Amino acid sequence: MVTGLLRMGDNALVLGQRLSEWCGHAPALEEDIALANTALDMIGQAQMWLALAGEREGQDRDADTLAYHRDAWDFRNLLLVEQPNRDFGVTMMRQFLFDSWHFEALTALADHDDAAVSAIAQKALKEVTYHRDRSTETVIALGDGTDESHRRMQSALDRLWPYVGEMFSSDDDDLTDMAALRSGFDAHILPALNEATLTRPESDFAHMGGKTGTRHSEHLGHMLATMQILPRSYPDATW
Amino acid sequence: MVTTRASVDDVWGWLADVPDPEIPVISVTDLGIVRDVSWDGDTLIVTITPTYSGCPATAVIGMEIETALRAHGIDNLRLRTQIAPAWTTDWLSDAGRTKLEGYGIAPPQAAGGPDRCPLCRSKNVERISQFGSTPCKAQWRCTDCLEPFDYFKCL
Repeated sequence: MVTGLLRMGDNALVLGQRLSEWCGHAPALEEDIALANTALDMIGQAQMWLALAGEREGQDRDADTLAYHRDAWDFRNLLLVEQPNRDFGVTMMRQFLFDSWHFEALTALADHDDAAVSAIAQKALKEVTYHRDRSTETVIALGDGTDESHRRMQSALDRLWPYVGEMFSSDDDDLTDMAALRSGFDAHILPALNEATLTRPESDFAHMGGKTGTRHSEHLGHMLATMQILPRSYPDATW
Repeated sequence: MVTTRASVDDVWGWLADVPDPEIPVISVTDLGIVRDVSWDGDTLIVTITPTYSGCPATAVIGMEIETALRAHGIDNLRLRTQIAPAWTTDWLSDAGRTKLEGYGIAPPQAAGGPDRCPLCRSKNVERISQFGSTPCKAQWRCTDCLEPFDYFKCL
């Protein structure tokens, strides 16, 4: 149970941190605000999942302790969410792929037997429905946009596709059967990619090791260094 | 020792005077985030449901509720956070909706967008962005008076 909760919380935390890196740098003010707001929702969701994980673990670790005082190998997020932002196209493609999985996962977890899990999922699902609408619209607009935006979106899809498979790998630690979510995911993304005039890559080769913590990419450690430096340098700081 | 507990109705009345920190024209009760007020022995329990899970205003709202109730002489007070059922814009009071529009923020509509410009009342409006200055708002524009305005998203 604790590992399953950490997986949900770490996905939200790591993606929230990644998105917040855009704050003040996005291509247009509206996009900047949109990414910052999405980041805020993700951090809020991370707080709820990690607080519950700490409570169930029973070792006196709260959400902040889990976020700031674990090392890369203790994180249980998907490899997809730790991938760097690169350009706006890669950021929005990552968001589209993640939102499409997240929507299916939260829909399943909203019916979870554990009332605390179901409550967080129901709350988060409302926000993620909105995220998925937005990232889908953006991927379609940019894919079916100019030659340059199309080229960037296809290249983003090719780059990130090897991180899709891990979202649907499932083991006993997961809060729900992740493999069962694939058909709902495909039913959403394939028509959207088609409308975006983008081609789904043929190979389904998948990088693994994020959600088990065995093989995070080098990017996670660098990101955590930035995210954790203040509470690690001044462990008693309050603000 | 004899202690006099304030009535639950009085507490609701006091909470109706606590403004939302981001949109001060509406109160925390207009917003529908105060779900319950009750006494547990001599401790007052106020149950709050956050709007968006990462909304930074939530912590400030808790502090303001506490300050207001202490000013009314309530010393034993506990704020309880409840996330299920999840907050919905259906819980905005009718008075709250009217106050929002008067303030220049179009109130939420089930259709997913504002039904008119809160400034000139024109029905001709278009979306600028799905997000706005706070998690609960989106940016729209009136194509008649050309003014941009905030829309309180339907959740």
